[in-house]
Amino acid sequence: MKNIFVTFVALTVGLLAFSTYQGLFVAPTEQTMGEVQRIFYYHVPSAWTAGVCFFVNFLASVAYLWKRNAASDALAAASAEVGVMFCTVVLITGPIWARPVWGIWWTWDARLTTTLVLWLIYVSYLVLRRFAAGGQTQVLAAALAIFGFVDVPIVYMSIRWFRTQHPSPVMGGGENSGLDPAMLHAFFWNLLSFTCVGIVLMVLRYRLQRLEEKVEATHAAAALQGGAQ
Amino acid sequence: MTTLTMTRATLLKDLRMEWRSKDAINSMLFFALLVVVIFSFAFNPTAEESRRIAGGLVWVAFLFAAVVALNQTWARELRNQVLDAYRVSPAPPNALFLAKAVGNFLFVVVLEALMAPLFVVFYELRSVGPLWQLIVVALLGTWALVVNGTFFAALSIRTRSREIMLPLILFPISIPALLGMVDATTAILTGEASPDFWIKMLAVYDVVFTAVCLLLFETVLNAE
Repeated sequence: MKNIFVTFVALTVGLLAFSTYQGLFVAPTEQTMGEVQRIFYYHVPSAWTAGVCFFVNFLASVAYLWKRNAASDALAAASAEVGVMFCTVVLITGPIWARPVWGIWWTWDARLTTTLVLWLIYVSYLVLRRFAAGGQTQVLAAALAIFGFVDVPIVYMSIRWFRTQHPSPVMGGGENSGLDPAMLHAFFWNLLSFTCVGIVLMVLRYRLQRLEEKVEATHAAAALQGGAQ
Repeated sequence: MTTLTMTRATLLKDLRMEWRSKDAINSMLFFALLVVVIFSFAFNPTAEESRRIAGGLVWVAFLFAAVVALNQTWARELRNQVLDAYRVSPAPPNALFLAKAVGNFLFVVVLEALMAPLFVVFYELRSVGPLWQLIVVALLGTWALVVNGTFFAALSIRTRSREIMLPLILFPISIPALLGMVDATTAILTGEASPDFWIKMLAVYDVVFTAVCLLLFETVLNAE
C-alpha cells in the first residue's frame, strides 16, 4: 500500500511538471487576452479539484453519520481543508485574470459569488471543527457539512438571478464555443495533474488526522493509567 | 405523547418564561434600536434614498438582533441538566426543536412588528409596493433565519466560546436567504421590480432547510 502511494506521488510530481510545461510553453497564446489567459490552466482545474474535495467531504460526512467510524470523519476533515485551499487558489487567480481582461478585480457575478460563499461555508466548517469540544466534534461537523452542501445549489440559483459576467462554459457551449485543440490538450493535462495533487494532499492530510487521533488516544490511555496508580 | 402535544407544552413553557422575564425580547429590542439609530447617524438618508437602502438596513438590524435571542435559546436548558433529562425521556426530539424554533420565530416577529414604526419614523419610509407582500417576505425570511439559527444554536452550545460560534456558522449558510429578503424588500419598497422570484426562493429555502433540520436534530441532540 505504501509503495503504491509513493509511486502515485512520484507520478503526480512528474505529471505536474509536464502539465505546467504544457500550459506555459506549448499551448498557444490567446489572441485577445494574451499571456494572462494562461492562468486559465490553473484557475479551472483548481475549481474542479475544490468541487471534488467538497463532494468527498459531503459523502464522508453522510458516511460518518451512518457508520460512526473515525475513518470517514478523518476523510471529511482532510477533504474540507484541501478543498478550502484549492478554493482559495481559485479566488486569488480569478481577480488576477479579471483585472486586465474585465478591468475590475471583482464583480458580484453568479459564479464568483457562489465560489466565495462556498469558501465562507467551508471555512466556517473548519472553524467549527477547531472549536467543538472533544467527542462531539465529528457529529456537529458532519451535520454542518450537510447543511453546507445543501446550500450550494440554492446559492447558485439565487445569485444567477443577477446579471452574469463570468465567461459561459467554453466547452460544450454554443456554435462559436470550443477551445483550440492545443489549448484543450494543455487544459486536460492540467486538470488531471491538479486532481492528482488534490488526491495526494487529501491522503496525506487523512493520514495526519489518523495519526493525531492515535496520539490523542495514547495520551488519554497514559493519563488513565497514571491516575490509577 | 405525540409530537404535537410535546411541541405545544414546550412552546407554552418558553412563552410563559419569556412573558415573565422578557429577557430575549428586551435585549433584542434594545439592540435593534441601537442599530437603527447608528445607521441613521451614519447614512442620514432622504426618503428616496432610504427606500433603496432600507431593505439592507432593516434585515441587518433584525439579523443581529435575532442572534441575541437565538444564543439564549438553549442556554436555559443547560441549567440543572434539563437538556440531558430531555435526552433520556421518550419525548420526540423534533418536538423540542419545533417548539424552540416556533418560539424564536414569534419573538423575532414581535420584534419586527415593534421596530417597523421606528423605521418609518427615522427613515421616512413609505412603501410604493403593497404592504401584504412585505409581510409575506418578513414571515418567510424570519422563518429562514430562525429555523437554521435554532439548529445552529444547538450546535454552538457544545463548542468553546459558544456566543461567537453561532453567527460564524449561521451567516454563511444564510447568505441566499438574506439576499432574498433584502432584494425582495427593496423591490417592494421602491416598486421598481417584482419580488416574485425572491418570494418563491425564500419559500424553497424554508422548506428545504426545515426538512434538513428535522432530519438531523436528533443526531445533534444526542451527540456525545
